Amino acid sequence: MATSGSAQLPAEAFSSAASSLAVTKVAPRHSALVRVTHWITTFCFFALLVTGIEIAISHPRFYWGETGTVLTKPLFQLPIPSSRRLVPTGYGYVLPDQNGWSRALHFESAWVAVLTGLLYVISGLFTGHFRRHLLPSTADFSWRAVLTSFAKPFRLERPSAAEASSYNVLQRLTYLFVIFVLFPLVIWSGLDMSLAFASAFPWSVTLLGGRQSARTIHFFVSLALVLFLFVHVAMVCLAGFWSRTGAMITGRIGTRKEHT
Amino acid sequence: MINLSRRRLIVSGLAATAGASGLAVAARLAQKHGLISPDHGGIYGIGETLTYASQRLLTRHSLAREFPRSGISPRPFPNELAPLTEEFKRVQAGGFADWRLSVDGMVHQPGSFSMADLRSYPSRSHITEIACEEGWSYIAEWTGVPLSHVLQLVGVQPQARYVVYVSMEPDTWDSIDMADALHPQTLLCYGMNGSDLPVPHGGPLRMRLPRQVGYKNKKFITHLTVTDNLKRFGKGLGCVDAEYGYAWYAGI
Repeated sequence: MATSGSAQLPAEAFSSAASSLAVTKVAPRHSALVRVTHWITTFCFFALLVTGIEIAISHPRFYWGETGTVLTKPLFQLPIPSSRRLVPTGYGYVLPDQNGWSRALHFESAWVAVLTGLLYVISGLFTGHFRRHLLPSTADFSWRAVLTSFAKPFRLERPSAAEASSYNVLQRLTYLFVIFVLFPLVIWSGLDMSLAFASAFPWSVTLLGGRQSARTIHFFVSLALVLFLFVHVAMVCLAGFWSRTGAMITGRIGTRKEHT
Repeated sequence: MINLSRRRLIVSGLAATAGASGLAVAARLAQKHGLISPDHGGIYGIGETLTYASQRLLTRHSLAREFPRSGISPRPFPNELAPLTEEFKRVQAGGFADWRLSVDGMVHQPGSFSMADLRSYPSRSHITEIACEEGWSYIAEWTGVPLSHVLQLVGVQPQARYVVYVSMEPDTWDSIDMADALHPQTLLCYGMNGSDLPVPHGGPLRMRLPRQVGYKNKKFITHLTVTDNLKRFGKGLGCVDAEYGYAWYAGI
């Protein structure tokens, strides 16, 4: 695959090899801290997703405001069976209860994810990771740059060599949105469901519109994170799954191309 | 790996040592200050302990949110109930006149209280939300005698750390630490929305802990034991639910 790519575009392949060689010597594509926190977060995200689904199955109804039970009209109900007999689902069967371990693993992974995230954000601020790699430059904000970065993946166009060592404006904005909007919001809305947390920080529940609103927000932000995951993996595949995944594991990129 | 310099090796070594000893000190301090939950074993133990310890440090004295009367849910939802036992039905037929709450363990004066006794003590009402671990919740006005008042009557010994509460339902018991037992909103609840606590909601007597989820709010309470050690109750995990994988501490 790498051979045919460089055969079609020898000039670009050469410059890519040269630049990535230079990049390898100066600094890795991703720092060790970014790589380690990335994979811990990945691991936790899957644990949180599976257990989150399990917990949602025990009451697949969502409400807005402070309260809501099976006796209340829901905002919406997921068309899935439930693990509780008293939830009206329209299905003639009840799934087994998995909430015990699901809750335990959900909270434990949340702890690991939040602590890892804190380490990532604090070190990112100190090392200039966000400023250098994720904050778009003012030139990036031209409509042309934004539109090009947006349209490229839809034309199934592989990213240019320059993009192997840097992010385009759309990627930068997406990562910043995930790191500084979606993750804080999913943590906040999750914590608000804790009765003890709510007793210490009642205003945080009020700000989100009540306990059930927090639960509904938690659901939708999780959905947005899953959507991000799909797009993220699709883009990694488009750019070259092994090269990009390898870069996130070893820190180096494009080593295979250099040998051709 | 090739670039592993001596300086880097020393720095990482020092950091690892500091981290490990920091963890050891934290564990010792947590043990000393009662921040380790009885079900701290197993793969989820670290998460349980982190949640319990941090919420104890953050919320020891915080009060559960109270709501205006207009916030009361019109139709409180009683969760699924196991079939009532013959013994329960017998006491129920007598209008719960024979219902007793006995208290023993690390107390100066073990006691036994009738519903009339409990109703004669100073009562407290709060309009708070009860939330099930499944996700649903409703608001009601709960009335009862603060558990701290009953504990004061029997005289808790200073080394006591937990209160075990037992339901008339078979194989149903639970426990809370002293922070929750002495919390002003923790009620031995006998009234709901201005009338007697209905049986489906745990009447005549329910443990009401507005800072922990529904399953800690056990129904049909008949017995309390004050203790400093949960090891000798059931499998030693602090509650029967922990034996089925549910956390002992459920403030989250």
